[in-house]
Amino acid sequence: MGITFRKETFRDDFTFRNSPEHIRRFPFPFHEDAYMYAVNIEPHVVGPKGSVLENLIDVDEHYVAEMQDRALVLAEDPLRCQSLPHMTLAGWDLLELLMEQQSLGYPEHFTLTRDGDRWRWINRPLGIDDTFTFGDTSTLPYGPMEYITRQSQGDFCILDQRDGNLWMDAGMVTTQADWSLDFDIGMNFFEWHAPVPLAHEKGIFIRALKFLTNIQQGKPARRLNWTMTVNPRLDTSPENYHKWGPDRATVTPENVGDKVHLRVELQSFWRLPRSNGIVFPIRCYLIKMDELLTQPKWARRLHRVIRDLPDELANYKGLTRYRPTLVEWLSKLDDGSATSPGFGPD
Amino acid sequence: MSTGTTKLDVVVSDVVPVNDLVTRFHFRRRDGELLPTFSGGAHVVVEMRDGGRTRLNPYSLMGSPLDTSEYTISVRRDDVGRGGSLFMHRNVRPGLEMVISYPVNLFSLDLRAKKHLMLAGGIGITPFMAQTAQLAAEGGNFELHYTCRTASLGTYADVLRERYDRRIRLYHDDREERIELDRLLSTQPLGTHLYVCGPAGMINWVRDRAAALGWPPETVHFEHFAAPQPGLPFDVTLAVSGKTIRVDEQQSLLEAIEAAGVDPPYLCRGGVCGQCETNVISHDGKFIHNDHWLSEEDHRSGCKIMPCVSRFEGKSLVLER
Ligand code: FES
Repeated sequence: MGITFRKETFRDDFTFRNSPEHIRRFPFPFHEDAYMYAVNIEPHVVGPKGSVLENLIDVDEHYVAEMQDRALVLAEDPLRCQSLPHMTLAGWDLLELLMEQQSLGYPEHFTLTRDGDRWRWINRPLGIDDTFTFGDTSTLPYGPMEYITRQSQGDFCILDQRDGNLWMDAGMVTTQADWSLDFDIGMNFFEWHAPVPLAHEKGIFIRALKFLTNIQQGKPARRLNWTMTVNPRLDTSPENYHKWGPDRATVTPENVGDKVHLRVELQSFWRLPRSNGIVFPIRCYLIKMDELLTQPKWARRLHRVIRDLPDELANYKGLTRYRPTLVEWLSKLDDGSATSPGFGPD
Repeated sequence: MSTGTTKLDVVVSDVVPVNDLVTRFHFRRRDGELLPTFSGGAHVVVEMRDGGRTRLNPYSLMGSPLDTSEYTISVRRDDVGRGGSLFMHRNVRPGLEMVISYPVNLFSLDLRAKKHLMLAGGIGITPFMAQTAQLAAEGGNFELHYTCRTASLGTYADVLRERYDRRIRLYHDDREERIELDRLLSTQPLGTHLYVCGPAGMINWVRDRAAALGWPPETVHFEHFAAPQPGLPFDVTLAVSGKTIRVDEQQSLLEAIEAAGVDPPYLCRGGVCGQCETNVISHDGKFIHNDHWLSEEDHRSGCKIMPCVSRFEGKSLVLER
């Protein structure tokens, strides 16, 4: 049993691939042949076996490679991980949450043992075996948030709740789709959402904020978001735009299948117990078009979604440059037959 | 999403009289596991099966957040209230199995504060029991001013004095001791946050003086102990569920909606969290808005109501529920 972790890269030679089982468990985000912007929030409860929702915090075959990529990003730019001084307690909350969930879901890879405040954490895939005092930062090599998020897939935004608002006061953000923690740190919910088009009406945001500030302990929630990325790059940050931005001009009819990736973010929202903060883990899943086409339903549907996407949205998601090439390529996979309802492959 | 909060199955492990008015209740999990971690200022909603009727009352957790082997709450007996506190005092005994909600915190510490200045009145002391324990464990800077009617009704005053010594100041009404509020508020170091919990009169007094003395609103935190007020019975039509129900004198609108089998959302049941907000479809009569959530403008518009604390007097009321 256990996961076979892949050796792969998300930069330079881009050797990232999904195994056939991982293609089937990909969280395809379109449940119908069109996409509409919506606040599609649902309870974050355990889903079917074999899906990315089998555990509330998912660990998959890309774990080790992603953690290595994160270490490279941090070595170049330590500001991708920041925590304002009052957020240390929330960092401990997150450490507990992630250690609990990872050891619960993957006991063959992770073990957490507690003896009062003395905790022992064994992370076999990364070769870590540390004993520390819960709550005492001096017993860990990094602050609690940085320590555990160097060992957990996905980005993490930790929000402080006060004055009826949420404040982005801590985070580990290295696999983001074009936004920056260093820019957003210290901002409140309305400030960091300021650039979103089409969802302009403030009403949506007020409702979303109300929902999030009412997230309760023991009742996490989730939503899916998606975009596309050229080359399997995890780190598409504004700081590195010069590296990934030009990739968009390299898509040709010949390389679409290999270069263009659907990027799906599974965002979950959790109330943290000691600090009363909220954490958003944002877990990124990538799949290249050549992998996606092994599930004909997904390929057919993606063709219709991308073809009919309103221009503003295509722009916002950064697809404009290569959309015609992509749609042309996808159209050959669309025989016009009906797609079955729901997200899953046929 | 489903409404209300996640539930915990607990057993009453101890019932301890504290003074003439206050009794403390201890809960443990029925399965023997630890209870969820919480933060200072959190409350739980306790479900009481009182004959055919279910009462749901929120009470602050007053144990240390560092110890989750049990939860403790303190209940002040209210002889003229709606009966929840009387039920707790009369019917709840060790060994009774009860259901409580997961903790919810609507009175959270601002962890940026350099100093936490706390003002408590009467039973308003309970959230501060947990907050002071949390801060003391982290070496946090706090000072608590506690007013009570008499020394014998100074719930936990002795415990607090013993634990924190001079960080606790006591004021007894029967000795005409009163917090020198203006002096206190104008001599705090920069970065102080103010927390107040107690009767509405005290909260309003403190908030008004703080505002007058230039405290920014985001540094002033308060928790109302607003129990739903009784009133004249009235009838309501619930448009979505197609039911017409009667709200009794001693029942809140929220309770009547629940009793009718509709499962509306709530968190605080005290008019502060906003969770139970409901649209008014039509009305002929007058609202008695007791909440602290809606704006004055919302109140005047007659388009919204908070069913956990607000009432109605008049001919007809139709709600979107
Ligand atoms: S339940 Fe909180 S305002 Fe009504």
